[in-house]
Amino acid sequence: MLQHTTRATLRALGATLMLGACAAAPAYALTLKTQSITLPSSTRVFPGDGPGARAANTYCLMCHSVGMVMNQPDLPKAAWLVEVNKMKNVFKAPIPEDQVPVIAEYLDSIKGKK
Amino acid sequence: MKQIEQAPAPQARRFFLQRAAAGLGALALARTSFAADTIELPLPGGPDSRRLTTAFPGKGEMILQRTRPPLLETPWSVYDRGVFTPVDQFYVRWHWADIPTTMDPHTHKVRISGHVDNVLEFTVFDLMKQFKHVELAAVNQCSGNSRGFFQPRVPGGEWGNGAMGNARWVGVRLKDVLDAAGVKAGAVQVQFEGSERPVVPTAPNLKKSLLVDHARDGEVMIAWEMNGQALPLLNGFPFRLVVPGWYATYWTKMLQHVRVLNEEDTNFWMKPAYTIPDNWPHANMTPGEKDVKFVPINRMVPRSFVTNIKNGEKVGAGRPERVRGIAFGGDTGVKAVDVSIDGGKTWMPTELGRDYGKFSFRQWSTHLKLPKGEQTVMVRCTNSDGLQQPMTPNWNPGGFMRNVVETTQIVAV
Repeated sequence: MLQHTTRATLRALGATLMLGACAAAPAYALTLKTQSITLPSSTRVFPGDGPGARAANTYCLMCHSVGMVMNQPDLPKAAWLVEVNKMKNVFKAPIPEDQVPVIAEYLDSIKGKK
Repeated sequence: MKQIEQAPAPQARRFFLQRAAAGLGALALARTSFAADTIELPLPGGPDSRRLTTAFPGKGEMILQRTRPPLLETPWSVYDRGVFTPVDQFYVRWHWADIPTTMDPHTHKVRISGHVDNVLEFTVFDLMKQFKHVELAAVNQCSGNSRGFFQPRVPGGEWGNGAMGNARWVGVRLKDVLDAAGVKAGAVQVQFEGSERPVVPTAPNLKKSLLVDHARDGEVMIAWEMNGQALPLLNGFPFRLVVPGWYATYWTKMLQHVRVLNEEDTNFWMKPAYTIPDNWPHANMTPGEKDVKFVPINRMVPRSFVTNIKNGEKVGAGRPERVRGIAFGGDTGVKAVDVSIDGGKTWMPTELGRDYGKFSFRQWSTHLKLPKGEQTVMVRCTNSDGLQQPMTPNWNPGGFMRNVVETTQIVAV
C-alpha cells in the first residue's frame, strides 16, 4: 500500500504540473470510506388529467422519472406503442393490457410525430 | 401485481411497494434543489433544452437528462479543461432505479463463481492486498453517446456528445483475479453484474459478458480509483469493471458478480439490447431495412472534437486563431488528427498533445487562418489501425456508435 500511495502522490503531482491551470486535486493517499447518499427525486408528472395522463403517472413513474419521456423526440404512434409494450413485456412494468393503448395514445398526443 | 408478490428480492420488493403505496402524493411533495439554469444541446427537432443540476451527491454541475434512474451528461466546456475528465463531472448512466445508496467498502464483495475451481469473494481491500496494482488511462463512452443527433431520431437517452469521459484507472487485472479462482477448461464467456436492481424484481437485471480470452487479456481491470480519487457512488463505488477500448455498457459499476460461463450468454442485455448491425466499424443500416443481422456492440471507433470554440462563435478573420480539442482512437491509439476548412476536400495536420496511452483522450491543437465570413471547421481522427472517422453519419435503431466527422460553424470577423 505504501508503494501505491507513493505512486498516487507522484501521479497527482505530475497531473498538477502537466495540466497546469486545471488545478488537479492536492496529493493525498487514497482512502475508501463508506459512501451514503440521498438521490434527488423529480417533482414532475405527466401533463393533463385525462385517463392517458393518469395511466402514465401510475405505471411509467414507478421505474423512471417523467423527464425520460419529455426529453424524447417526437415519435410516430407505432414507435410509442413499441416502447409501451417493451416496458410491459420486457421490463415487466405491471401495465394492464387495456392500458397499453391508452398510454400509447396519450404519448402520441404529447410527443407524436405529426 | 401478482408477479411482484412472487418475487424473491426483498429489497427491490420493498422499494417497489413503497413507491406504489406512496403514489403521486409523495412525488409531488418531493423536494429538489435543481439550479434554474438550462442549456440547449442542440438536438435536431428538439426537445433540446436541458436543466443544469448540482443536486446529485458526488457530482458537480451536470446536464440533467433524467432524474431517476440518473442520467447525467458532462457539460461540453469540461472537455476543454484537460485530457482527463474531472471525477465530479464525469457522466453518469444507470439503467435501473434501485441503486444502493449506502456502500460500505468493508462489506461490499465481488463474487467470482461459475465455471471455476474455487468460488472466491473479495472486498476492495482484499483486492488491494492480494493482487498487483495496475494503472491505465482509458476513455469510458456510453454506447449511445450522441444519440440525440441521429436522424431520423431514435428513442433512448437523448445525449449530446457528453456521455464520455477519460480517467486514469487504478485497480487490479481481472486476469489475476480469474486465475486465483481457476477458470475451468471449456469456459466460454465471463458475465458481470453490479449491485443495481430493477424496481420490478422480475425485470431482467443488467448483465454483460465478454469472451473469456478478452476477460483474461490483462487489460480488463477491476478499478477502485479514477483520477486519483475513489469512484463516486454514482460512478460505481467501490469498484467497477474497466474494459479499455470497449463501450461503457461492459464497464459494470458496483461490480458484484463475475460468473464464468461455459456457454454463450444470451440474456436480454447481450441480445437484443445493445446490439449493432453486423458491419463494424460502421454499425450502419437504412431506417426500416429488413433482415439486418445484429451483434452485441463491442469495440469503440475513433472520434475527435473541437473543444475551445462553440458552434456559431466569432473568431478573428485573417489571422491565426488557435483551435484545439480532444480525440480518441477507439480500440487503439490516435495516429493523426486533421482539420478541414473546405468541407473535407483538403485536410491539414494538427499537433498532438502528450500520449497517455492508446485508450486515452489525446489533445490536439492547431492554428487556422480563416477568411472573413461563415466558416466550417471539420476535425477527423485517424487511429493507429488506419481507421478514419466517416464523413457521413451512421444510423441504427439503438442510436449506437456515432462517430461521424464533427463540424463546427464559426464566424470569422
